[in-house]
Amino acid sequence: MFRPRPDAPAATIAVEVEGQAVTVPPGASAAAALLLAGLATIRETPVSGSGRAPYCMMGVCFDCLAEIDGVPNRQSCMVTARPGMRIRRQRGTRTIDPNDVPGDTPSFPIPEPRSGGA
Amino acid sequence: MSVDFAIIGAGPAGMAAAILAVEFGLDTLLIDEQDGPGGQIYRAIERAETDPSASSSLGADYLAGRSLATALRASGAEYRPATTVWHIDPDGTLSLARKGESESITARRILLATGAIERPVPIPGWTLPGVMTVGAAQILLKTADLVPDGRAVLAGQGPLLYLAALQLARAGAPPLAVLETTPHENYHAAARRLGGLWPGRRALGKGLALMLGVRRAGIPVRRGVHGLRALGRIGLERIVWQGGEIAAEHLFLHEGVIPNTQISLALQLAHHWDEAQLCWQPSIDEWGRTSLPTIAIAGDGGGIAGAEAAALSGRLAALDAAAALGRIGEAERDRRAGPIRAERARERAIRPFLDALYRPRDSVLAPVDDETIACRCEEVTVGQIRRAVRLGAPGPNQLKAFTRCGMGPCQGRICGPIVGAVIAEARGMPIRDIGTYRPRAPYKPITVGALAGMGAAE
Repeated sequence: MFRPRPDAPAATIAVEVEGQAVTVPPGASAAAALLLAGLATIRETPVSGSGRAPYCMMGVCFDCLAEIDGVPNRQSCMVTARPGMRIRRQRGTRTIDPNDVPGDTPSFPIPEPRSGGA
Repeated sequence: MSVDFAIIGAGPAGMAAAILAVEFGLDTLLIDEQDGPGGQIYRAIERAETDPSASSSLGADYLAGRSLATALRASGAEYRPATTVWHIDPDGTLSLARKGESESITARRILLATGAIERPVPIPGWTLPGVMTVGAAQILLKTADLVPDGRAVLAGQGPLLYLAALQLARAGAPPLAVLETTPHENYHAAARRLGGLWPGRRALGKGLALMLGVRRAGIPVRRGVHGLRALGRIGLERIVWQGGEIAAEHLFLHEGVIPNTQISLALQLAHHWDEAQLCWQPSIDEWGRTSLPTIAIAGDGGGIAGAEAAALSGRLAALDAAAALGRIGEAERDRRAGPIRAERARERAIRPFLDALYRPRDSVLAPVDDETIACRCEEVTVGQIRRAVRLGAPGPNQLKAFTRCGMGPCQGRICGPIVGAVIAEARGMPIRDIGTYRPRAPYKPITVGALAGMGAAE
């Protein structure tokens, strides 16, 4: 859990983390918003499903992967929080939505998403 | 788009190089992944300018980065923030991605100023939420005014450990304890390298002031800590070491920094193992020239020497680029380089002492406990690596086929130093003979959409 330092100026960027309203200062990352929201974990690994939270905060470790404005697997520590941004936890691998594929019907089989524990 | 000089990374080295290159009339492009200039050391430096309360907790050394950022903004160099370089071709073509769109530019000379990363500190439980790097705590403070809520412990060694402890205390969140991992024998090794202390007395004075500051802030320091483990179910609950334990929700680890070699290794530039700093370094000359004539390296990415030395090496690389592109003669380059080199030598003088004093234990490089995770992405343990070596995996790149180690999203950035050390230990060979990963483009993940859009634009 993180909190604003006592003498911090008022945070002005309002974002939504898992449906919860969180306000961070201008220039703060989406990962900072995730940490401020107080979630126990911010993602689950594709391999074992274990819970993770940001480790390095500088774009190296990829443990802060999150879904930002509907785009999965973003490095949330490298994305600056913008007003109204919707940030969600990343659960395992991303999935492919057949409706996202341009054209009529996808001409290739879409694999079932890999589940945790694989 | 085509430029004379493309610089990657807007930390002290990149900013200083850009400012000077423009003075020589070089058409200069500075590319950086962050939203604002500063790199990690001066992260969010322009923000601190408008907020006096941040300045007071972060300290004078941090604020020294403001003059570089101001000069960069005034310089006329083209500065592209929030932009990722995902491929460089040795012919000078750079592939960039910004906001989901990709483009290609060419440069006559390229300077890599990609700085340092924190050395991974693989202890049992280091993937638990609540365990982060000391640098991460600083970044949260610099960019988001956040401090750890609850009990926080800093563990490891190096000047940054004390600086961060003091910054957190000044920001109203004093850590519960500092666990210093420096082995006793390091003091003897450092004592044999006192030659740099007089020229490096300014840096030494700062370091001593930090340690004194931590003591005055009433933060307990435990010395000689080893055998660290992080324990907890969903998140961190307890920190255990040989002969002690403490309950905490936050553990911030730091065992120094190492060059960020992701791009230089992908380019297959010549590298060597540095036994003093225990890391792979690109092999560069005094100007930062690499084994490829069009590509140079400045700053900590070419060997750890700190922010001041980084800015100076950026200036030297800019002088050399100006000479190579015919803007100044070699005589003028050398004349201007003289004082910069002398200053850099003074800045570097303290390094042999610091490298010896804060040399990580062997168990930091190659964890003893088989259950320790080496590859955080693919969740490969140290024991699995040792088993793969017994099955015949000779080096880090072959290990990928055995275990998927290094094949997750971070592309081996975190586990690279660990697997090299574990394989070396298992095979009874020096790390320099084991080698390290050969990373490949894209250096950061990009979407297929960005790639496709690039083709459409051409």
